[in-house]
Amino acid sequence: MKPVLILGARSDIARATAHAFAALGHPIQLAARGTDNLEADKIDIETRFNVAVTLHDFDATEIESHPTFVDGLPELPEIAVSAVGFMGEQEENERDVVAAAKVMRANFEGPALVLGVLADRMAARGTGTVVGISSVAGDRGRASNYIYGSAKAGFTAYLSGLRNHMAKRNIHVLTVLPGFVNTTMTEGLETPEALTAEPAEVGERIVNAVKKRRNIIYVRRVWWWVMTIIRNIPEAIFKKLSI
Amino acid sequence: MILSGWGNFPKHIARVRAPRLEAELKAAIADGQAIARGNGRSYGDSAVSISNTIHMRHFDHMLSFDDDKGVLVAEAGVLLSDVIDSFLPRGWFPMVTPGTRLITLGGAIASDVHGKNHHLDGSFRSCVRWIDLMAADGSITRCSRNENAELFGWTIGGMGLTGVILRCAIQLRPVQTAWMRQHTISTQNLDEAIAAFEANLDKPYSVAWIDCAAKGDKLGRSLVILANHAEPGEVPVHCRKNVLKAPKRKKRSFWFHFPGFVLNPITVRLFNAFYYFMGSQGSGHAVVDWDSYFYPLDTVHGWNKMYGKRGFMQFQCVLPLATSREGLTKLLQAISASGQASFLSVLKRFGPQDSPLSFPMAGYTLALDFPNTAKARALMPKLDAITLEHGGRFYLAKDSRLPADTLATADPRAADFAAWRAERGLTTQFASAQSERLKL
Repeated sequence: MKPVLILGARSDIARATAHAFAALGHPIQLAARGTDNLEADKIDIETRFNVAVTLHDFDATEIESHPTFVDGLPELPEIAVSAVGFMGEQEENERDVVAAAKVMRANFEGPALVLGVLADRMAARGTGTVVGISSVAGDRGRASNYIYGSAKAGFTAYLSGLRNHMAKRNIHVLTVLPGFVNTTMTEGLETPEALTAEPAEVGERIVNAVKKRRNIIYVRRVWWWVMTIIRNIPEAIFKKLSI
Repeated sequence: MILSGWGNFPKHIARVRAPRLEAELKAAIADGQAIARGNGRSYGDSAVSISNTIHMRHFDHMLSFDDDKGVLVAEAGVLLSDVIDSFLPRGWFPMVTPGTRLITLGGAIASDVHGKNHHLDGSFRSCVRWIDLMAADGSITRCSRNENAELFGWTIGGMGLTGVILRCAIQLRPVQTAWMRQHTISTQNLDEAIAAFEANLDKPYSVAWIDCAAKGDKLGRSLVILANHAEPGEVPVHCRKNVLKAPKRKKRSFWFHFPGFVLNPITVRLFNAFYYFMGSQGSGHAVVDWDSYFYPLDTVHGWNKMYGKRGFMQFQCVLPLATSREGLTKLLQAISASGQASFLSVLKRFGPQDSPLSFPMAGYTLALDFPNTAKARALMPKLDAITLEHGGRFYLAKDSRLPADTLATADPRAADFAAWRAERGLTTQFASAQSERLKL
């Protein structure tokens, strides 16, 4: 079995995705900023699934380090998943351009560019899949989180372009749009049950979508309907709404 | 947030935190009145503290597994279903499992759950090697049969009231296949059901589904289901390539609460009659996958919503062997007289149990569920009284409404436990809505 790389490995979705691939027997490469407290996850995955796990120091916002990071991996992965992301506080992001830029970099620049490097190396090899976990928040900018949302919109557009570009080179690109997921990010928010996925569900959906070479998935299909409606509200009306 | 157990009753507005690091957990416990919560599958209010519920879902790492001995060391938030997913393919299965795999190891220990093999293998306690317990001051104590044995004893079945269970080592059972060979005996009444249990005490697993709507000479008619782990040669031919793997069952979900009227005494009675009829038609031998055998309800995600928003109550008692026949008869008569048939009623023969606080004892246990209606609530004290008259006791993992004096009468060990807790200052450090109600 070929290894699967998980970028931003500390998040709940990342961990669930690592579990879902490890359950199939894939060795796992966990990459995150600072690897010290990832040791428990390494042992956990090794114990649960009897696969090898390696830890890799990776900072998505340090763009210059991306090529060296990718080339320094013990083996170029067959599947690379970016679960990198950072929501920040919308109010703070509105006041503070530095905070806003951090959110934009962490959700767009960093994950997009590292997946670009990975796709490029995979294309040279001839096989591979890259998976970008973006967000439904990128489907339309809303007052409540447009800094995060616009960065995710950029990431979604990048993945779409990368998929188009790489289709001719046999590299598959999957865009994942989770709606609400029961994670640290949504802790304390009361989200509607039918619209809220568990991290394990996200992991399973990603594994299946990779297997079937799907292009874009909404983790809960109901989100496609929700976002189609939201996208189609005329701007003149939309700007007056608070959703 | 609004919090309840699996029965969706009673509901409390409770403060819930989900720490990720031991330091965060320590800080949370220090606030007092703490209770750890696993996957929320105990039915009542045992994993709810209004001021300080601590969700253990992030403490779900497996730490080591001994492939030769089958000993797993894991954090308390690991689910039994994860244990099965990881180790059944390697030939290991939980030694003791209740009727759901969606429980945490910490919850299994705190409730000292039992399974269909209790008569031979005892409760979950049998498979627990040691426990790491966090006290109110954040210190961690390892306890086992040899080390801090008293603490070990009270913690198993102690409903989380001795501290927060952090890690444990559990023994798994070697199995050859992921399949069960089951034998269903349909019995016409309670006497026949008891006779079937007594004649099959050597069978590894036994349980009965009981039609508690039946009356008169059919009172207590049951489907007694015996089982053992199947051998490779017994596995369905098309699954023999890997006998430790069974096809995944399709998942179904309840997305919304049924309106209250859907489950009423008439539909429940019809269901019971239908179920008995179908079961008696299918009497005999069958080989079924582990998931269908042990966890028939787990594939129906959120089945508790079947009872609607009002929620439901479980009643589970155990009666000593000597009084079982008479006590069960009276319980069943009281239920059928009330017209409050239970949707799922389970009868099981327990074996002996030797532990300070756990629920089981040698005898028969009856588990029933009722929608949370006024009539059902009125029936409960009657069932309590019959249980007391026959020297029985109650299962705290199912309880959501027992009065403190009833528990005290049924189970003198409760007072011992409360005294032991008070002596160590645990009463205010660790408390749940249930422990306050029951004065534990």
